Amino acid sequence: MSLATCAALIAAGCVSAAEVNVYSARSEELIKPALDRFSEETGIEVNLITESADALIRRIELEGSNSPADVLLTVDAGRLFRAKEAGILAPLESEILTQRIPAAYRDPDNQWFGLSLRSRVIMFDKSRVSADEITSYEDLADPKWKGEICIRSSGNIYNQSLLASLIEHLGEEATEAWAKGLVANLARRPQGGDRDQIRAAVAGQCKLAVSNTYYLAGMLNSSVAADVDVAKQVGVIWPNQADRGAHMNVSGAGMIKTAKNPNEAQQLIEFLSDDYAQQWYAEVNNEYSVRADIPVSATLQGFGSFKADQLNLEALGKNNEAAVRLADRAGWQ
Amino acid sequence: MLLLVLSLLLATPVVVVISSVFFPAGDIWAHLFDTVLTRYVRNSLLLMAGVSVGVLTLGIFPAWLVTVYRFPGSKVLEWALLLPLAIPAYIIAYTYTGMLDVAGPLQSNLREAFGWRYGDYWFPEIRSLGGAIAMLSLVFYPYVYLLARAAFTEQSGSVMEAARSLGCTKRSAFLRVALPLARPAIVVGLSIALMETLADYGTVQYFGLSTFTTGIYRTWNGLGSSVGAAQLSALLLGFVFILLSLEAWSRQQSQFFNTGARNRPSDPGTLQGLSLCLAYAVCVLPVLFGFIVPFLQLLFWASITYDTILTSDFAGYLVNSVTLAALTASAALGLALFIAYGKRAFPSKVSSVSARLVGLGYALPGTVVAIGVLVPFAWFDNRLSEFMIANFNYNTGLLLSGTVFILIFAYLVRFLPIALNTVDAGLAKIRPSMDEAGRSMGLGPAALLRRVHIPIMRGSLATALLLVFVDVLKELPATLLLRPFNFNTLAIRTFELANEERLADAAGPALAIVLASLIPVILLSRTLRQAGEAPSSLPQASLPSDENR
Repeated sequence: MSLATCAALIAAGCVSAAEVNVYSARSEELIKPALDRFSEETGIEVNLITESADALIRRIELEGSNSPADVLLTVDAGRLFRAKEAGILAPLESEILTQRIPAAYRDPDNQWFGLSLRSRVIMFDKSRVSADEITSYEDLADPKWKGEICIRSSGNIYNQSLLASLIEHLGEEATEAWAKGLVANLARRPQGGDRDQIRAAVAGQCKLAVSNTYYLAGMLNSSVAADVDVAKQVGVIWPNQADRGAHMNVSGAGMIKTAKNPNEAQQLIEFLSDDYAQQWYAEVNNEYSVRADIPVSATLQGFGSFKADQLNLEALGKNNEAAVRLADRAGWQ
Repeated sequence: MLLLVLSLLLATPVVVVISSVFFPAGDIWAHLFDTVLTRYVRNSLLLMAGVSVGVLTLGIFPAWLVTVYRFPGSKVLEWALLLPLAIPAYIIAYTYTGMLDVAGPLQSNLREAFGWRYGDYWFPEIRSLGGAIAMLSLVFYPYVYLLARAAFTEQSGSVMEAARSLGCTKRSAFLRVALPLARPAIVVGLSIALMETLADYGTVQYFGLSTFTTGIYRTWNGLGSSVGAAQLSALLLGFVFILLSLEAWSRQQSQFFNTGARNRPSDPGTLQGLSLCLAYAVCVLPVLFGFIVPFLQLLFWASITYDTILTSDFAGYLVNSVTLAALTASAALGLALFIAYGKRAFPSKVSSVSARLVGLGYALPGTVVAIGVLVPFAWFDNRLSEFMIANFNYNTGLLLSGTVFILIFAYLVRFLPIALNTVDAGLAKIRPSMDEAGRSMGLGPAALLRRVHIPIMRGSLATALLLVFVDVLKELPATLLLRPFNFNTLAIRTFELANEERLADAAGPALAIVLASLIPVILLSRTLRQAGEAPSSLPQASLPSDENR
């Protein structure tokens, strides 16, 4: 909270300022500026800790009814679903939220809400692959790409969510066959992060890389010249445009059942869905807004427009365990 | 009694983990057996075998050379060899990957210079089992070095002279006398390095290696089974317990005492020609690759992003990190002294068993320990809160969880074994006749400690203090889970940025960790030299076992 706000509050006679406690799986760097802005606008102080979502969920469970947590922020839908399953979230009846956020990107029982969108797409080295050579996730298992695909470990939640969406669309058996085909096509044992896959494609180790959209956007805007150079040599393929659309995931929020500051919690989540915050998500981390009326960042415009999968993201959480078991069986490390 | 309570309290997290075996985990185990468990076990064993070879090679030989020979720069190398201790394992992994990866500058330039394409040439894969072994060996060898050097220094010069007079060359005296004498100390150093290896998550995860540690996380996060993850951890503990028992056994098998007073070898040897070159290679390479190269890479990255690093928050992270490290180090030293004295005064089977349980925590992934700490604390807080509401209509809330207190407690669970064993060893060297002499001159227990014991143990105490300090600066998982609101440290900052693959941005805070650790590392080596003390006073962070001393 800025000094000016403090002074204003004290002048208003509001000595013990209202506050809201946030447990966030989104890193401090990628959420604090928005929270600071919220404090400035509302005078509500925001207390923050960051950690992986699973650890935070466990912490809330153990802290029980005395938990100070009011809001849980995660970077994927699967974890929001898991928090709901753990029974730590409360439904939030907010007309603002249900109006702003499309049904696919929020919980059917209003226990969690998606706040920013990212897609997991196929990227290719423009010098060696043309954009029409591959059109779907299913194609990644096509033997013609043998030894040409770079993707990170299936231990990563974004790959688990992709698998979970495939299980929903294709069924478990077909997805397992797909995963085996993918593993057979890998250029190398899965390693590193998404950006590493993009770099490996440009270095010539593979032709295709699977990555979330904002990683490529982050490289294009990087302060490291080599990263910008690499990113410029890569094209984006939006998969499954002829049928269900590209796989989407959200970062989102839910209110904790035992929240001591439910009003402030609701105010915060609504704030994160308003024009300012949605544009901030788009600009600072190159994510897509969950709202159709918010313009995408200049960098993202360069990736073109696309058709998004309308699957309700609850499926990602439901199928997560099945996805990991399937990856284990398919030998996807 | 107090001692017992304290040890049991510190052992709760490990007990929490072990008790998980009594809960049902569904068909998780069948799934793990059918699919990935073999790979987890195989990779972890190979990693440990490789790191053993690595740390022994990188640790023992330089220790021998700087102790027995004098050559230009040997005094500097004596402490410089400790420097890699200041670099967190996952940071060294990131820096080397940045340089040597297929997309890194080295391979890119090679391709450009020779017109090669990927696949036209052979280049070692950094993100591999071999790479992980190299990375972990480079940052963990100082434990072996520290203990080995201590043991070599402690060896009475007369023993070596006797060996020489019986016809041993310097080399064969090393192999046949010095090395066997130092073996117990070296094994202790090795076991610390291996426990750190087992607890490492950052490096193996980044390299995409499926090990026991990554398996624990995958079972928890991916398969959604916290019971299964805890049971995997319990299995890991069983394995570590066997390892440590072997270590204790080996120490029992080879007990040597220096009978005479300790004195330096009368003739620090000199080296010339080829031997000198070899000695330099052996002593300089670990420092070069374990410290200088990654340090320069961090410096280079930080130079790109310096304007975004030095924000007003940065000073706060630094202060938090250093304060936590200093508080924990002091607490660890105080407790270690207390427990060590308690054991000296009232040896008991129970306290020795609970001390063993505490020691096991060192090999667990930090998050597992952190949850193990949170379970009893949250339980206590909630029961207390219920009681207070029922009787006084006042809610104490979470009194201890979510405070710096629980955080420091978790650090103590992880790092007290290091302090304890260091102090234990220092204390064991003080003969009871010293106590009697002190008492006969009218010193009370406190004065005895202050005026007799502490001066003698100065080196051990400094070692305990500084090792815990550096370990806390680098600590990540417990800090992440247990810290209070709005409380950030250098390690967390580094991790969050590196986790988003923003290595250049992560370099600033990483560099600050290294620099903050550097000061105590240098102080440590100076204190050790001044104290002229020794060696066996170095950490024996394995099973504290009274019967072996």
